[in-house]
Amino acid sequence: MTKVEKQQAVAYGVLSFAAMLTVLILGLIVFYVLSKGLGMISIEFLLDKPKKMGSEGGIFPAIIGTIYLVFITMIVATPIGVGAAIYLNEYTKEGPITNTIRFATEALAGIPSIIFGLFGFAFFVILLKPITGGWSIISGALTGVTMILPTIVRSSEEALKAVPSILREGSLALGTTRWQTIKRVILPTAFPGILTGLILSIGRVIGETAAFLLTLGGSLLIPSSIFDGSRTLSLHLYMVAMETGAMDIAFGTGAVLIFLIIIINATSRFLLKKFIRKMS
Amino acid sequence: MNHTSREKIVKVFLFLAAFTAVLSVILIAFFVFKEGMPIFITYGISEVIFGQNWNPTNQVYGILPMIIGTIFVTIFAIFIGAPMGISVAIFLAEISPQQISKIVRPAVELLAGIPSVIYGLFGMVIIRSILADISRGPLGEHLPASYQTGYSILGAGIILAIMILPTVINISEDAIRSVPKEYKEGALALGASKWQTIYNVILPAAKSGIATSVILGTGRALGETMAVIMIAGNTALIPEISWKGLFAPVRTLTGNIALEMGYAGPEHQQALFATGIVLFLFIMVLNVLTTLIAKRGFNRG
Repeated sequence: MTKVEKQQAVAYGVLSFAAMLTVLILGLIVFYVLSKGLGMISIEFLLDKPKKMGSEGGIFPAIIGTIYLVFITMIVATPIGVGAAIYLNEYTKEGPITNTIRFATEALAGIPSIIFGLFGFAFFVILLKPITGGWSIISGALTGVTMILPTIVRSSEEALKAVPSILREGSLALGTTRWQTIKRVILPTAFPGILTGLILSIGRVIGETAAFLLTLGGSLLIPSSIFDGSRTLSLHLYMVAMETGAMDIAFGTGAVLIFLIIIINATSRFLLKKFIRKMS
Repeated sequence: MNHTSREKIVKVFLFLAAFTAVLSVILIAFFVFKEGMPIFITYGISEVIFGQNWNPTNQVYGILPMIIGTIFVTIFAIFIGAPMGISVAIFLAEISPQQISKIVRPAVELLAGIPSVIYGLFGMVIIRSILADISRGPLGEHLPASYQTGYSILGAGIILAIMILPTVINISEDAIRSVPKEYKEGALALGASKWQTIYNVILPAAKSGIATSVILGTGRALGETMAVIMIAGNTALIPEISWKGLFAPVRTLTGNIALEMGYAGPEHQQALFATGIVLFLFIMVLNVLTTLIAKRGFNRG
């Protein structure tokens, strides 16, 4: 082996090792949490109320809280995020306005989640308390909207960009208005791509904790409306692990979370593949 | 309603949707600064930023320990996470056979999707106990008792290094892939080996993108809250400045906010918002760096 070949072999070895290590670390984390948590999961665990501050019993309120929060957040964020992407991609030429909007979107993406939490606390929880009910699902959801907006805008824009301009021009040439073209031609074509972004955003809401720690209130009760306080599975895991030390419950909740994230990632991968096939 | 007026209404709605991002940024900055500034005004900027004691019950709000904690933990995370992430990016972009990419890429995606509390839980149970064994056992004589719990800069740094991997890998890989094919083909045609081409041609050409990936990774590490709280130990004290400091429990800026917001009184809350301002400034510095690098990279390209 020459010196050059030797160098290459060593370098490739190191790089391959880094890749292997990455997969190994992931495997280790997933395996460990599942091995400790799977045994906890049962119908009772999923459908029972927590006892003793969550250190015993089930996680039902956290599941309901997660569903509520994801639902409200997505209902508000989807039209705004997709609308923003349509505006940026279909309605304006690049200029100072689009630059400002893009800059703001990038800036939002870089802001740490605890800062979103501070904002949500000062604005939705304290200032708008008469409307939001203070710490509540709606306060958490509106905070969540500002957090996932960049993801939705970016992925929707990419999906819209991937729609061939022939479709756009063909439709407009038939005498349709711009909005008709968007509604009937562009959005249906870009749909799987947009959906991918939405599903990844759901993952973000499920996984987020810091922002909801300051806005959701952490109530252990089953919320009866969106103006009630609540907690998500992630928040439940944190509170149980840090405040009660009931690690078995924490791992059980962690296992449920890992399942959710695996399902979400698999769905988004599947949709993305479908979208790419459709576009090519 | 005729088509023209409907078009106009739609356009206004879409503009408002797009403007929401701008409005959010303005509102976030406004509220964090509005709530946090009074502390700087009452106690003085340098008293707060360089104050070494954090003792809210006695109205002492020095956040230097948290600033140092954040910097140490972040530097450690970058020190491990950046080279590892860049290596994986090179592997995926240039070396990996397709079958292996099919395993590595979803793994990276899943790493990005795993909630931070799961990293925290894993760190708290596994990494902390390994570090506790090391600091009690072989290093027991050298470390003070408060450094032997395993809750430490080292533990938080390791977990953060893993958490920033997806950011570093994805953006670096994009940067490496966007190097024009001609560069690579030219170098190979001149008789350079594959590795020589990667090292001497492709990586320098992708430099600005790789640097951006590291900065964004730094931002992720600076801003991470939950995983860090669960393993850093959260002691608001400045760690010893030597190798021993690696085993010191620290509190980060993010952790300070998350841990105390739940029970803080009015002035204490303002102090936590002030902590948020400092974190905000850190992130802004990073954003400016990214913009500068993007410009430089663009001019050269």
